[in-house]
Formats: sequence, structure tokens, C-alpha cells
Amino acid sequence: MSDIEMLEMDDVCIKENEMYYKPSTLTDTPMHYCPGCGHGTAHKVLMEVVEEMGIENDIIGVAPVGCSVFAYHYMNVDMQQAAHGRACAVATGIKRCYPERFVFTYQGDGDLAAIGTAETIHAANRGENILVVFINNGIYGMTSGQMAPTTLPGMVSTTSPFGRDVATMGHPLKISELLAQLPGVAYVTRQSVHEANNVKRTKKAFAKALEYQKRGLGFCLVEIVTNCPSNWKMTPLQSNKFVTDKMIPFYPLGDIKVPEGK
Amino acid sequence: MGEIKLMKGNEALSEAMIRAGCDAYFGYPITPQSEVLEYLAIHAHARTGMVVLQAESEVAAINMIYGAAGAGKRVMTTSSSPGMSLMQEGISYIAGAELPCLLANVVRGGPGLGTIQPSQADYFQSVKGGGHGDYKLIVLAPSTVQEMVDFVKLGFELAEKYRNPAMILTDGAIGQMMEKVELFDQMPRKTEYPDWATNGKPKGKERRYITSLHIQPELMEEINVRLQAKYAVMEEEEVLCQTHYVDDAEYLFTGFGLGARICLKAAEMARENGYKVGVVRPITLFPFPKKVYSELADKVKGILDVEMNAGQMVEDVRLSVNGKTPVEFYGRMGGIIASPEEIYDKFISTFIKGEK
Ligand SMILES: Cc1ncc(C[n+]2csc(CCOP(=O)(O)OP(=O)(O)O)c2C)c(N)n1
Ligand code: SF4
Repeated sequence: MSDIEMLEMDDVCIKENEMYYKPSTLTDTPMHYCPGCGHGTAHKVLMEVVEEMGIENDIIGVAPVGCSVFAYHYMNVDMQQAAHGRACAVATGIKRCYPERFVFTYQGDGDLAAIGTAETIHAANRGENILVVFINNGIYGMTSGQMAPTTLPGMVSTTSPFGRDVATMGHPLKISELLAQLPGVAYVTRQSVHEANNVKRTKKAFAKALEYQKRGLGFCLVEIVTNCPSNWKMTPLQSNKFVTDKMIPFYPLGDIKVPEGK
Repeated sequence: MGEIKLMKGNEALSEAMIRAGCDAYFGYPITPQSEVLEYLAIHAHARTGMVVLQAESEVAAINMIYGAAGAGKRVMTTSSSPGMSLMQEGISYIAGAELPCLLANVVRGGPGLGTIQPSQADYFQSVKGGGHGDYKLIVLAPSTVQEMVDFVKLGFELAEKYRNPAMILTDGAIGQMMEKVELFDQMPRKTEYPDWATNGKPKGKERRYITSLHIQPELMEEINVRLQAKYAVMEEEEVLCQTHYVDDAEYLFTGFGLGARICLKAAEMARENGYKVGVVRPITLFPFPKKVYSELADKVKGILDVEMNAGQMVEDVRLSVNGKTPVEFYGRMGGIIASPEEIYDKFISTFIKGEK
């Protein structure tokens, strides 16, 4: 008789064996995201880190307008919904009043790098001690597929129907590289959530960023290069392949800036 | 008796902000109110630990206010007309999410970049909603530097009582002029926060969230109905209005803020010349003292509304009076302040000589 047969359910279903679980820092509300969308995974890993660090009572999140505007329905921590583009200003208001609490924003590319560019750059430049989660899906998701500042050259969107022409529409904005130049910025990294290994790296990046925040090192930004199957008009698998084949070559993954001595 | 000082309007307002136990100020420089940030930068943090931050724009400032107010803090921003225009989206969000905070608009002449001279041309923007959606601010109009002090305290109280943004609508003249003020004593800063404040989910309790988003129209309507009911309570309970010489008045002069002060002088001039003129001065522009006008309209032969704009409050006066007595208007624009003589002359020509 092998050992396996002697095990009871309760012996197997233990924390150490768990491959997948829902952290207590996520609510039971079903997410509204489209099938295959990276938002759900990004929410989950962020909230896993919050749970593992035991900071769910000490953290305030800010979700501005974009597909993730309802993040407060899913993240089981105190949250504020912010106007389109203004997450970094809202987060500044909170953090300045509660420097001992953790504060994060969760923003799309249109939000962070178009309408909210000023708020993003100035919060970074002031070295606001916050975590910015930057979801780069190269498109405006919520408003159904218009061109974003991050849309790739030649990429089709509803407002670049013949592909993004950089001569008239400008070049994709690599805002993470831009922000990394600023002395107030402690940590900038670019990750993805389209494959298991990358999900793990993203989780590590969140943990590092929150750890740096705890130590008061300054502005931390975790960019997540992700998909928008609905507005890219692809299946989830096709969209993940597009992330690998097109997005990541343009937006290479890895750390862009790390705190000194790290 | 509180401490007596000779102070500039903007500085008196700033001093009152510190003394009212304000937790944070976020603002962006603009004439004629830059003294506020400058005064706070010197005095505030050292005295009470208050957060003072120069934002990158008025758009950022009002959203910092949103964040801090949403986390339960007592917060204030100030600006002048073009800056207030930039804040309107944020103010609408604050009203929608029902966050208390205090704003002050030290109005200058417009439209556009306009002039840095005093004006009252932002009445509509302040009283009728400025930003998008059906919302109201509680609007207080000081006419003296003393009231720049008193209305900071009152503004915070009303904002917190109703979970609603309140605004001090003043102008460049009151902001810049010096008068004697009596200051109230330093109040403690808050140590307790309301249950809805998002300052870290309390252990063993539900998370809180601040939002103005309600995608289901039925729910959005319900929230609108609730907001309107709240505004109706304000209209019942919070109206403030000053009257002078109205008991025997045959005519009324009316105006708000600085305009009301000039009306009083003009009314005294009229009385010296044998005309029984009274003055009505709304202190709260929302809620508007409709009843005061409606009741006095039964007794007087006419009302002259005086403003430093093209005629804004006069619309509310006419609505309140509802045709019971003629309401005429006299205004100066673009940063010009009317003199008592001009107002008196306008009164004589319209009401006594019947010229149009
Ligand atoms: C002031 C303002 N302008 C425009 C909009 C409309 N709007 C809502 S979301 C959005 C773009 C969202 O794109 P992104 O930030 O990339 O987030 P995603 O939906 O892709 O996650 C726009 C333009 C708005 N809500 N407010
Ligand atoms: S529209 Fe795009 S970004 Fe938004 S939920 Fe759907 S797939 Fe995700």
C-alpha cells in the first residue's frame, strides 16, 4: 500500500500544498473583467502580498477611472475611487496626512501617462512614498479601444484605425524609463502577468515596492505589461502571444531603477 | 475676547485655518490669493503640524483635497477664478462622494485670464454648481476681514455637519485689504475620524471606500434624491442673511460680500436725502435667503441689486421675489468696484425718476 492512499483530504488540503487560493484581502465579489484579462491576476497578486505582509489594516488604495475603477469592489482594504488621471494626487493627499500608512494607486496607461501625466511626474519628483501600479495594455480598455499613449507603432485601435502613425500621433511613451530619471524615484520595474513565472516576479516586485515604502525610500512604480483581449480583438491566448511577441520586445521586462545598494 | 490683530484678508483666513485645527492645505499660487500659501508655509507646520503642500496645479490640489478629505482629515484649499475653474471636476467628485472640505475663491475679474482686480463674477460658478452634475456647495460670502476669519470656522462646521464641500466666496479686495480682526483661540486638531473615512480598514470590520460612481441608473437616481434632500435641509436650516433698516423701508438695496458693504453706504446716503432704503445682504449664497426677499417684496416698491459682475445673484433675487416688486440691477465688471454715489444715482434715476 502506498503512502498516497493513506492520506485523507484534510492532510492534503493544507496551506503548504496550495497552488491556488484566494487571499482574505480579496472580497467574494465576482470580478467584471473580460475573460483572460490581466487585471484580475494583477489584483490578486497585489492583494496576496498585502495579506502576506499583514498590512491589510494599514493600507489605502486609489483606483482611478479605467477598467479597474471598480477595484474597490474586489480589494478588501480601504479604497478611494479617483477622477481620471488624478490617482497620484489623491494618493499624495492621503499619504501626506497618514505617512505611517501604506498607500498605493492602481492606474491604466491612459490614466497615468496621458491625462494624468502631470500628477504622475510631480508625485514621482516629490518622491511621494507611494506604490504606483501601472497597467500598460497599450489601449484604452474602459472606453472600448481607443489609442493610448502606450499603443505600439502601427498598432490598430479605434482612433488609429490604420495603425498608429508615429509621425502624426506621436511615439509610444515609455513613461517608466522617463520617471526612473527622477531623484525622488526609488524603484521602477517592468513586469507582466501573462505567464506563471512572470506572475511570481510581479509578486516579488510588489513585495519589494511595499518594503521600500515601509522604509520610506520614495516613489515606487511597478509597470505591468498586459493584455486587453476584448479591445485587441483577440482570444485570451492570442492576446498573451501578442504580449510576448510585440509588447515585451518594445517594453522589455526587468528592473529599470532599484534603490541604491540593492 | 480673542486676540486682536490688524491683518490682510488672505492672511486672516490663513491664520483662521491654522487655528481651526485644519490638518492639511494643498494649493497653487495665483493672484490675488497667493498670500495664503505663503503665510501657511511660514506658520502652519511649526505650530500645529499641519500639512502644507504646493501642488503642481489646481487640478492636482483639489484631488489631494479629495484624498485627504476621504481619509477623514479637515482640509482646505484656496484659489482665484481661473484656478477655481480648473478645480471644478474635482469639486464635483467631492460633492458626489460627499466629502467635507473647505474651499475659498478669492475672485478676480474674468473671463479668461481677465484681471487681478476684485470681482464677483464667479457667483454662478459657485452657487449653481460649477462642475458637472446636480450638486450644491454651501457658499459663504464674507464682507469684512473679520468674516474671513469667522467663516473658516463656520465653513468647516457646516462642511462636516453635512458631509459636503463648503466655499468661502470672496474677492480680491477683501483678500488684500487690512482690517482689525478678533481671532478665535487655537482649536485642537482632530484625533477621531468618522466611520466612513478610509484611513486603513479597522480590524474585524468591513473595508470602507470612497466613490461617486454608481453605474446602475436606479441607484444613481436614489443617490441624487438623497443629495437633493440634504440640500433641502440646508435650505431649511442654514440660511444666513443680514438686513439693515428694513423695518420702514420703501426700497431695498441688495448685494453680497463687498457689494453689500457699498450698498449700506449708498442706503445711508439715500436716507440722508429722505428716501427710506433698507439693505438685504445674503451671507449664505447657497442656501439662498429666498424667504427674506419674498417677505420684504410684499412691503417695498422696488429692489436695486448691486454686484461686481454682469448680474448673477439678481436672478436668484428675482426668483425669490417672483414678480411681486420690480428688481433692477446695477453692476460694474472687470475689476471695477462701484461707488456708493453711483448706486445712489442709479436708484434715483430708476426708482424715483422712473428712467429706464
Ligand atoms: C475627465 C475624463 N475624461 C475622459 C474620461 C473617459 N475615460 C474613462 S476611462 C478612459 C481611458 C482608460 O484607459 P486606461 O487608463 O488605459 O485604463 P484601462 O481601461 O485600459 O484599464 C477614458 C478616456 C473620463 N472618465 N474622465
Ligand atoms: S476591456 Fe480590456 S482591460 Fe478592460 S477588462 Fe476587458 S480585457 Fe481587461
